[in-house]
Amino acid sequence: MNSASPIRFARSLLAGTLAGASLLISTHALAAEPIKLGILEDQSGNFAIAVIPKIYAYQLAVDEINAKGGVLGRQLKIIHYDTQSDNTRFQEFARRQIQQDKVDVIFGAFSSASREAIRPIMDRAKQLYFYNNQYEGGVCDSNVFVTGAVPEQQFSTLIPWMMEKYGKKVYTIAADYNFGQISAEWVRNIVKEQGGTMVGEEFIPLSVSQFSQTIQNIQKAKPDVLVTLLVGANQASFYEQQASANLNFPMASSVNVGQAYEHKRFKAPALKDMYVTANYVEEVVSPASDDFKKRFRAKFPKVEYINQEAANAYDAIYLYKAGVEKAGSIDQAKVKAALGSGGICTDGPSGKVCIDPKSHHTSHRIYLIHVKADHSVDIPKVWDDIQPYWLGTVGCDLSKKADQSQYTPSNLPKK
Amino acid sequence: MRWSIAHFLPHAQMTFLVEAYAFFYQLADSFAFLVLCGLGLAIIFGMMGVINLAHGEFIMCGAYVTVLSARAGLPLPFAMLCGTLAAGLVGLILEFLIIRRLYHRLFDSIVATWALSLIATQGMLIVAGPSIEGLKTPFGSFELGEYSFSVYRALLPLIALLLLGALYWLFVRTRFGIYSRATIQDADMARALGANTRRIYSQTFTLGAALAGLTGALYAPTITAVPTMGQAFIVQSFVTVVVSGADVMLGLAPSAAVLAFIQSLLAKSYGQLIGQIGLLMTVIIVVRVLPKGISGWVLQRNGGR
Repeated sequence: MNSASPIRFARSLLAGTLAGASLLISTHALAAEPIKLGILEDQSGNFAIAVIPKIYAYQLAVDEINAKGGVLGRQLKIIHYDTQSDNTRFQEFARRQIQQDKVDVIFGAFSSASREAIRPIMDRAKQLYFYNNQYEGGVCDSNVFVTGAVPEQQFSTLIPWMMEKYGKKVYTIAADYNFGQISAEWVRNIVKEQGGTMVGEEFIPLSVSQFSQTIQNIQKAKPDVLVTLLVGANQASFYEQQASANLNFPMASSVNVGQAYEHKRFKAPALKDMYVTANYVEEVVSPASDDFKKRFRAKFPKVEYINQEAANAYDAIYLYKAGVEKAGSIDQAKVKAALGSGGICTDGPSGKVCIDPKSHHTSHRIYLIHVKADHSVDIPKVWDDIQPYWLGTVGCDLSKKADQSQYTPSNLPKK
Repeated sequence: MRWSIAHFLPHAQMTFLVEAYAFFYQLADSFAFLVLCGLGLAIIFGMMGVINLAHGEFIMCGAYVTVLSARAGLPLPFAMLCGTLAAGLVGLILEFLIIRRLYHRLFDSIVATWALSLIATQGMLIVAGPSIEGLKTPFGSFELGEYSFSVYRALLPLIALLLLGALYWLFVRTRFGIYSRATIQDADMARALGANTRRIYSQTFTLGAALAGLTGALYAPTITAVPTMGQAFIVQSFVTVVVSGADVMLGLAPSAAVLAFIQSLLAKSYGQLIGQIGLLMTVIIVVRVLPKGISGWVLQRNGGR
């Protein structure tokens, strides 16, 4: 055995007739190549804080599945490159995973800018791709599946609730790129529908970390609700600065707390009265969530916070498994058809999530997270099983018509 | 802590004064940020001709040490002192190991300090994780009309001015200052007259690093402490130094004042994005019109070199 390679050894065993049961199992594993999962996530750079728990979550799901015998009897193997919060790295590594590593599926991207940087590459190669992050919505793409929450799940719940509780004057500050711009458009539309007024709107470049002018502008406008769609480590400095200037408006967000756990990182009361809609945060207490947290922390005791995107990443691996098992193959076209055929669900840390065949997005239970003055969290409301309905209602139906677009409320599919 | 002077004055005058103060506060806030960003970089560049791309990481070092020592129970001013000294110490060591070999090798110094910056950012990520819990900004806030302001941030411009004054004194009145200016003007002659130029370079680099550390320490209670935080400072640092030109004492304060005025005016009327664009446009124009910055222009007008 020392001189022969394991594969040759396995072959000789197969040819022979004297094989024990345990050896047969190991020859089976050797015979099947592992399924290759490409992962493109930011382990360093501006977005590393929110992304590191995601990378752990992929590993956790893969290890759990492998321990139970893999998918279709084959083990899963992760090929991860650190994309460094840099869109060029994303493109470079996406090409490498498709052309050289020949992965069977790709999971990845945090920011919408990086997703849009690699989506054309996925489309050209017809590569099966999972985007596992809350975002501004609207991606209607036959090759793409999305496990994160979208505006109809986060804003259609959050904004009316906030306006009901605090008043109808809304001010939005948003990161100045596709995520912030499109999310702000959603907020604007919902505020109008609910009979409120936008008293201000400001878009802030990602490099900005000094906010005293923005704080003055907000104070002058005196909103009832301040919507903060700030992204990245630089912009997070807003919260301490607004607290030290005693800005003191109730805040609403779809990105904070659930991603970069600002309530854990900043001294109270910087995030006092911040309301966030998320499909998972570590503070969710339920048998499924508690069990998930226990397994997660046992494997990765160093993790600072188990965030919403960790839950989405974890669910994505299981949804892929369900798709492959339904297709009975890892052939990408067959897996895509199976994933989009309806009834593909997984029981994740926040409950059952299912893929919507029309939009390739997932249904979610949405929690309203309220950060209190001492930065502890309560959950004043839960919306069960909110569907990602918007793309379907405006005319995206991937089960009938292939597409590779991103739509927004002001850029709808042509009928 | 809240103070109000609203009942001292009639309404219309009050509103005008409040608006004027709000603009002044914003101007002073930007001025302080630009001066503090630029100081360490300007000294190292102006005095030694080394472009220190790891400047942001010295700031990060100062901020991290401040946050960690404050959380370990040290009072904030002492924690800030620790941050400043730590960055200075790191500067001293790096000067001895690396920078010393790169004087008057402009491009080599850029590549080497850029590498240091990457190592520091990634090293901090590995050692301390993606972020550490921040500090609370001290001193609370005060109110004026419809605005409320952070007391701490209102103090930062004063600190910036004090620092500029202290540096002026250091370079004009002390033995170290005279030796170091002589070294910069003509290193060979200074050596011939008995100045230990190697030690002066080392001290100057340490001073620059410590000033960057102090900037990090002063802003530590106001921003998020993450390994990449240096990047939030580096653009403003370079912008200020480019507009200032090589002579720190002459150029830095006017450069910061001009840039702060343009940025606050634009940001107030058109938002942060236009403010940033205005800042960068100004630099492009200054580089075109005054290639040696404000200080180069002043020196030329006065018949200097």
